[in-house]
Amino acid sequence: MIEFAALPTAVQAVSVVGLVLLESIGLYLGYGALERRIGPPVLDAIRNA
Amino acid sequence: MSLLGLPPELWVLFVSFGFMVGVFFGFFGMGGSFLVTPTLLILGYPAPVAIGSSMAFVFGTAVIATLKHDDVGQVDYKLGGLMFAGIVLGIEVGKMLVFGLEALGRAELVVGVAYVLLLAAIGLVFTRNALSRGNEDDAAGESDGDPDDIPELAKTIKSYDVPPMVTLTDGSRASMWVISGVGGGVGVVSGFLGVGGGFIRMPAIYYLVGVPLAAAVGTSLFGALMSGAVGAFSYGLSGVIDVGVVTALLLGSAFGARIGSASTAYVDEEDVTIYFGIMLLLASAAVALGELATWLGTPVLDRVSFVLLIGSAAFVTATILYYGTRAVREGRDAPAVG
Repeated sequence: MIEFAALPTAVQAVSVVGLVLLESIGLYLGYGALERRIGPPVLDAIRNA
Repeated sequence: MSLLGLPPELWVLFVSFGFMVGVFFGFFGMGGSFLVTPTLLILGYPAPVAIGSSMAFVFGTAVIATLKHDDVGQVDYKLGGLMFAGIVLGIEVGKMLVFGLEALGRAELVVGVAYVLLLAAIGLVFTRNALSRGNEDDAAGESDGDPDDIPELAKTIKSYDVPPMVTLTDGSRASMWVISGVGGGVGVVSGFLGVGGGFIRMPAIYYLVGVPLAAAVGTSLFGALMSGAVGAFSYGLSGVIDVGVVTALLLGSAFGARIGSASTAYVDEEDVTIYFGIMLLLASAAVALGELATWLGTPVLDRVSFVLLIGSAAFVTATILYYGTRAVREGRDAPAVG
């Protein structure tokens, strides 16, 4: 587990929620861009396999 | 060497498992969170850590799903907001139950048994639906009729004016008691089991509050987001969320959800629903075996339950991918862009 021991518990809890929120938005945008870029070539590769 | 407290082999395990959970969520619109807590329990995580981490995972997946759903779906934000107080109260009650049982040394057992029953019940519903699909032409018109229609039960409940009454986004009116009851009741289940609760909240919003089906789905998703955020904060206050586990699961599930969602354009849900139902029944058996392993002190049973849970999830994921790949090769349907 990440050590937030020096911070008050409320700050630790908010940090966890903020971290998960940022990670989720980053993953949504990142994988979205990846899907647009490599999705069509992957489908073509499967069709032609 | 470890990253965020997780050794490399656990990263591989949780990213892979997250991928499977994401495929289920993207394909079936459910099935994510209620596999995470039991898996963490079987792996030996204490109940509060398993539930808290699952709640944080629920929050992450709900954020991603809401971002996607917001473009195409309907969300009654007002109703979602009105449920907030009930959700907060319900999750706190659920969390108090978990920590109370933990203090008695019974949390893993009780949560485990609750999961055995929950997974078996949902598994039976899926399996039964899949088996009875062939002769359902005479099915009730809930999904065939007006999409804005609401069930008779909701109409009956709405006919009783129990103040305070509030006006919802679609112009209909509902009692705050019903809205708070739905928020609070599902909140208790979320806080106690570490699940998003969509499989209960969505029908409750539709059948009890009387919101049309499409809006009920979107609003339930928004409810899962709030439940996840409140649950993650509440369990975070107790310092029991494993950020490494949550991060690894999200990395896999966000990718898997895209694959699962894209697969719906190619794969007929009827082809795989039966496998999903059986997988949930096997997951129920796996959790029961895990409990038995603890009681009997036989680690072999623990390993069997782990292999059963992960193996059945991997099999259903592979089945969806197989049907999807086969359909693409046969040139069936174009994918939905999104």
